[in-house]
Amino acid sequence: MDLTYTPADEAFRARVKEFIARHVPGGWRGCGALDRSAYDAWAEDWRKALLEAGWLAPAWPKEYGGGALSVSEQSILSEELTKAGLPQSPRPNDGLGFSLLGPTLLAWGTPEQRKHFLGRTLSGEIRWAQGYSEPDAGSDLFSLRTRAVLGGGEWVIDGAKTWQTAGMYANWIFLLARTDPAAEKAKGLSFLLVPVDQPGVEVRPIKNMAGLTEFASFTFTGARTAASNLVGGENNGVRVALTLLGFERGVGGVSAAAAYAIELDRLIELARHHGYNSDPVIRQRISACWSKVQIIRYLGQRALSAGIGGQPPGPESSIIKMYGAEYHKEITELAMDIAGTAGIAPSGALSASSLGADPLGVDPLSTSSWSTVFLLARAGTIYGGSSEIQRNTIAEQILGLPREPRVPIPVGR
Amino acid sequence: MFFGLSPEQQDYQRALRDFFRSSSTSQDVRRLTGDERGYDETAWRRMAGDLGVQGLDIPEQYGGSGASFIELAIALEEAGYALGGGPLFASSVLASTCLQRSGDTRAMAEHLPGIASGQKIATLAVADDNGAWDPAAFSGLKARHDGRDYVLSGTKSYVLDAHVADVILVMAQTEDGSAIFAVNSPARGLRQTRLPLLDQTRRMSRLEFSEVPGRLVGAPGAAERVVTRTLLTAAVALGAEQVGGIRRCLEMAVEYAKIRVQFNRPIGGFQAVKHMCADIYALMETARSAVLYGAWCVAHDTSDLAAVAHLTKAYCSEAYYKAAADNIQLHGGIGFTWEHDCHLFFKRATASLQYLGSPRFHRELLAQAINL
Repeated sequence: MDLTYTPADEAFRARVKEFIARHVPGGWRGCGALDRSAYDAWAEDWRKALLEAGWLAPAWPKEYGGGALSVSEQSILSEELTKAGLPQSPRPNDGLGFSLLGPTLLAWGTPEQRKHFLGRTLSGEIRWAQGYSEPDAGSDLFSLRTRAVLGGGEWVIDGAKTWQTAGMYANWIFLLARTDPAAEKAKGLSFLLVPVDQPGVEVRPIKNMAGLTEFASFTFTGARTAASNLVGGENNGVRVALTLLGFERGVGGVSAAAAYAIELDRLIELARHHGYNSDPVIRQRISACWSKVQIIRYLGQRALSAGIGGQPPGPESSIIKMYGAEYHKEITELAMDIAGTAGIAPSGALSASSLGADPLGVDPLSTSSWSTVFLLARAGTIYGGSSEIQRNTIAEQILGLPREPRVPIPVGR
Repeated sequence: MFFGLSPEQQDYQRALRDFFRSSSTSQDVRRLTGDERGYDETAWRRMAGDLGVQGLDIPEQYGGSGASFIELAIALEEAGYALGGGPLFASSVLASTCLQRSGDTRAMAEHLPGIASGQKIATLAVADDNGAWDPAAFSGLKARHDGRDYVLSGTKSYVLDAHVADVILVMAQTEDGSAIFAVNSPARGLRQTRLPLLDQTRRMSRLEFSEVPGRLVGAPGAAERVVTRTLLTAAVALGAEQVGGIRRCLEMAVEYAKIRVQFNRPIGGFQAVKHMCADIYALMETARSAVLYGAWCVAHDTSDLAAVAHLTKAYCSEAYYKAAADNIQLHGGIGFTWEHDCHLFFKRATASLQYLGSPRFHRELLAQAINL
């Protein structure tokens, strides 16, 4: 056990803090304190500063405009930005491009694909959506039915995708489509890059139960993309996509814990305001939440440790998402309990909330913010592998318990 | 940033597992519940001689191996897995930590070498009859100056392995504040009553002192600080044992789920069973993370030790309890029998949940530690 960072890493942390000090406006309280229009006005300059530092795509090689940061440096950057209330992905599609699509092209793309797409993703000219889930393929993702057929030097795509984060801002979508209908499930899928601005692609916003449109659905009717926009070879899509999901493993855990710690501090301020910090039951619940935030940090440190050491992901990787998501429901429920009746008639400033904890700077007394993040937390245990699927995976793949019985596809489907 | 066990620590862990597998089988554990001393002397000596367990967290100058609390935590997890280890917790966690934290080098030189070699068994008597665990409130024992020495009168209870201890460290009130004393055992005026325990794999006594001689350890007035710090280490140490217990319960449950057939298939194929097992796995890995971090804090005397120790005690206690309870549930009817081992772990989990302070108690102390 050695929970210290190397001198080089600590020097990097100092550089990040110095960069932050140079680029935050005076009186900065965290981006959670900005309303939508103030955020939009400020975010573009911030994004440019990150891009110039090579920190917009910190894991990418320098030749593509990235920072070529080590695993520990990526974690430190993420952690310090979180603690300062600064978004690492200032624009809605940034995370998808830098953390998901970029690494995929770096691993599987041709030189031409990397040359064409990476720079434009960095600049924001290309804004990505991720096209995996479908109305009939959520947990059972690999049963997906969007079809792609090659003809005349183009792939022709028909089908429907749903739950595309920031889909309404995207002008490109990377998707999994079935290119070999005879092959079973995961084996006949291909990874395609598809332009959105064309007649065959229709985008509709999805309004979530918090009233926010963070997601969209896509319908493809004879949509087209060049044959050269296939990534990783025909019928190899699942391997390509799984590589993508495995990239940068170990990096996000520590900063996620930092985000939860900021949120819990905010909850404690809310509790103090109402005098609930002296209520014995509330004290117990806050202590329990504090404990879980620490444990999430330990899980993050374990993952980071494995990433730094080049080890395969350890046990923490199979529980970290589930644990964090279930914790988030617990703390947002506690917030609603503390807010009491006032929480059911929400008021106050609403920052640009999204899935996960609200950033530094959100008003602790704003019941609008708490009730919104409370509603959004319901999705945390569903997306990205529902808690039920996570449990199946742990039970089957780690504990070796018998797999679910296979049900044959009904005749005539 | 390295969060885990080194290759050397993993090798040691394997050796410990082999040791406990051979010396603390289910039959051994059951047999020892009826044994007067409650532990196997041969295994105790082997644990010291072959593996150096008792002296892991004792400096070399006092006869220990000078490893660290982290190695001791590794050993405690294996002891917890096997419900074995004899008086290890009493001697090498409670008494050894108290001596070292007292800073009394004379007392350390007198007792630590014997504790490290296993030849001397020591324990700590701090709790009163009311079973509370707040060092500021320990009050059942008074110490009176008798010429050069002190004599102690009063009672202490819930004293682990007192019946086999050669030296008992006690906390008593003097006119100069609370102090720690070393009491040789047996002693004239010292009366021990074994407490019948729900968890028959442990042994505790109630002690009645009637003018029993005791030698001062450290300075009067310092005891509360020393005992508080000792109990923080003990909380993390107990957490390590509890993680071992969770691991054992998970193994038992999973093994049973794979072999028990109902409705023409192993019950482990049913999601209700699978999900309960997956939840125990998550409890195990999160509890283990807390213990490892806590062990680091103990070993390095970090500023966040108090908060971490309290969270570890509360979390690991509830995790072990749930694992042991679900282990019974997953075994169905046989999990409820005396002959099956589930109840041994359930009772250990139940007792460990209360011992050294309940989760509720520790969460309140955690709230104080974070200035809530």
